[in-house]
Amino acid sequence: MSDTTTRAVVGVSDRQQGEHPSGDNRFDLIDKHLKRGRYAQDQLIETLHVAQDVFGYLSEDILIYVARALRLPPSMVYGVATFYQLFTFDPPGDHACTVCTGTACFVKGADDIVKGVSNAYDVPAGETSEDGSLTLKTARCLGSCGLAPVVVFDGEVLGHQNTESTLELVAAAVGGVD
Amino acid sequence: MAAPIDLHEVMDREREERFRTRWRVKACASTACMSAGAGATIQAVEDMVEREDMELEVQVIPTGCMGLCSAGPLMRMMRRGGDETDYQKVTPDAAKEIVRSHVLNEEPVPEHLLDTTMPFFTSQERVVLANGGVINPDRIESYVAHGGYQALEKALTSMKPKQVIEEIRRSGLRGRGGAGYPVGSKWSLLAAAGGKTKYVVANGDEGDPGAYMDRTIMEDDPHRLIEGIAIAAYATGADQAYIYVRAEYPRAIERLDRAIRVARRNRLLGRKILDTNFSLAVEVRIGAGAFVCGEETALMASIEGRRGTPQLRPPYPTEKGLWGAPTMINNVETLANVAPIIDRGGDWFASIGTEKSTGTKVFALAGDIVNTGLIEVPMGTSLREIVEEIGGGVPDGRSFKAAQTGGPSGGCIPAKFLDTPVDYESLRELGSIMGSGGLIVMDDEVRMPDVAKFFMEFSMDESCGKCTPCRAGTVQMHNLLQRITDGNGTRRDLRDLEHLCSVVRDMSLCGLGQSAPNPVISTLQYFRSEYEALIDEEEVVHA
Repeated sequence: MSDTTTRAVVGVSDRQQGEHPSGDNRFDLIDKHLKRGRYAQDQLIETLHVAQDVFGYLSEDILIYVARALRLPPSMVYGVATFYQLFTFDPPGDHACTVCTGTACFVKGADDIVKGVSNAYDVPAGETSEDGSLTLKTARCLGSCGLAPVVVFDGEVLGHQNTESTLELVAAAVGGVD
Repeated sequence: MAAPIDLHEVMDREREERFRTRWRVKACASTACMSAGAGATIQAVEDMVEREDMELEVQVIPTGCMGLCSAGPLMRMMRRGGDETDYQKVTPDAAKEIVRSHVLNEEPVPEHLLDTTMPFFTSQERVVLANGGVINPDRIESYVAHGGYQALEKALTSMKPKQVIEEIRRSGLRGRGGAGYPVGSKWSLLAAAGGKTKYVVANGDEGDPGAYMDRTIMEDDPHRLIEGIAIAAYATGADQAYIYVRAEYPRAIERLDRAIRVARRNRLLGRKILDTNFSLAVEVRIGAGAFVCGEETALMASIEGRRGTPQLRPPYPTEKGLWGAPTMINNVETLANVAPIIDRGGDWFASIGTEKSTGTKVFALAGDIVNTGLIEVPMGTSLREIVEEIGGGVPDGRSFKAAQTGGPSGGCIPAKFLDTPVDYESLRELGSIMGSGGLIVMDDEVRMPDVAKFFMEFSMDESCGKCTPCRAGTVQMHNLLQRITDGNGTRRDLRDLEHLCSVVRDMSLCGLGQSAPNPVISTLQYFRSEYEALIDEEEVVHA
């Protein structure tokens, strides 16, 4: 373990600050996190969160990068990343519409909202439209049950939604559909 | 090393600050109210106070959840040493008018008044949520001013670890995460375990859809949780603790991180806490969207950075837990009860609730009900009181059909059992469970086989895939339910469904699979005719 730490830290200090060998400085943010966590292998999930925050999704390259940095087999990193629902392996769309499908939202008709957006923009839940403008997601429960049904559009939590109001929201950002 | 915080000095200072202005405006800044526009409301009041030079008259205090989420944004006007007036649906303009009217004319604003004499407020008993709507969660001083960290100081300076456990045992506190295991016994197990390193883990992986009390505690009263963890660690001899939080709760993660830093700076965490020989490090660990991680062995795997799949028990975590060391996992709400118990005594706590289920329980009231929000009632309160009085009944002239408790592991309770007292045993007898406290009310428009299918889809998606009965069984049950709810089911499908219920329940490795059939079993038990109606029609068509 200590051997790992030394080697990896040397790797970072070898090069100039703010310049990643790949030319992509976003890797520096991952490095910073790895260093703070002293390259502990149990920091894997946190590291994947940071990587996804920085890159928007986890490409194979990123998974291999994290695996090497933490000296974990890529199979394990891939196994962990695919186990958890919040990790995504495709670039996200320009806008994200997340419909909560928890119990309270289900009782209040969240399913219709998902179907409505899915049909209007021809995008299955969990995927991104072909033009890359919209990602439609569902969430287990956002814990805002008093506001059911809840939709999160580009990070903004909106309560008491219905299919029409959600479609208006999406249309305002992405553009309407014929 | 900096000197530890002087709790009494902070209390005095806060009291002075409290009396500094004639008016205090408390505004709910919890998630539900923020989504309803509380951010703009608070900003409007702050701007006005500054612009109109009212700083000597008015102070604005953002607080945690005031409870009645459906009436947000909520605001409270408090007169120095005097009365309080609560307001609902407070828009920025309304807020300015309310503050002006109180400060300049001593007059309330009738349009937005919130009636705090209604049962929603009067029937509650707040222990866990006592600080909701009272303290500013971002300031440790505010927590201390309301008695915070007194229990930790008391435990560390005047009680032996054994006495702390004895007090918890006397309180009768049971795990609030669902199963209701006696907390005192769990603590004794960890205290008795050998080894140099022991861990305490707070389970904040609140995965039950419909429950958000743990989120509210972590966001709105983070120090209460930290204090509970510290007392638990002192009592059991642990020196490292983790708070495992679902990644879906970014605000809770942020608040806890900050609270831990502040607690450490004040020597309430870290080395030699409050100048005693007790040391404790606390760290937040984040999930990544896996319901099964609420199960304690899966949760530990996730903390270690691995796939969150459960292990067979025994060995129990208190024997062999995180990295092989003895570990104790308590739910967030459970730990939030600890400080009040140490403060006021186990006997006081045991006097609330029923003989076997002591204390209070927080419920997230949602679905087809007038008043949605977080409520806290003594254990043993009847479902009828919760639904009809506190919840204000079912809206739109519809009638009550069922209450769902326990999420995907629980069941649906029909109207004829509305007078059941809500406690661990009574709910289990009805085929449901207490669960973490989600309580979803359904009106007569809801089709129960659809509800069963909804939960089975959840369990199917969330099954970790480690054991076959759960992995394959939930898929097959979902297929059968899909066929039945589509109107294509046969009598044989219904028989297969019932058979699979017992297979999955009896053969699965962990609680997820063992309880996954519960929503089907309970809806079949109480609403069988709805399943049969779907089947009979189809058989007629076939004939």
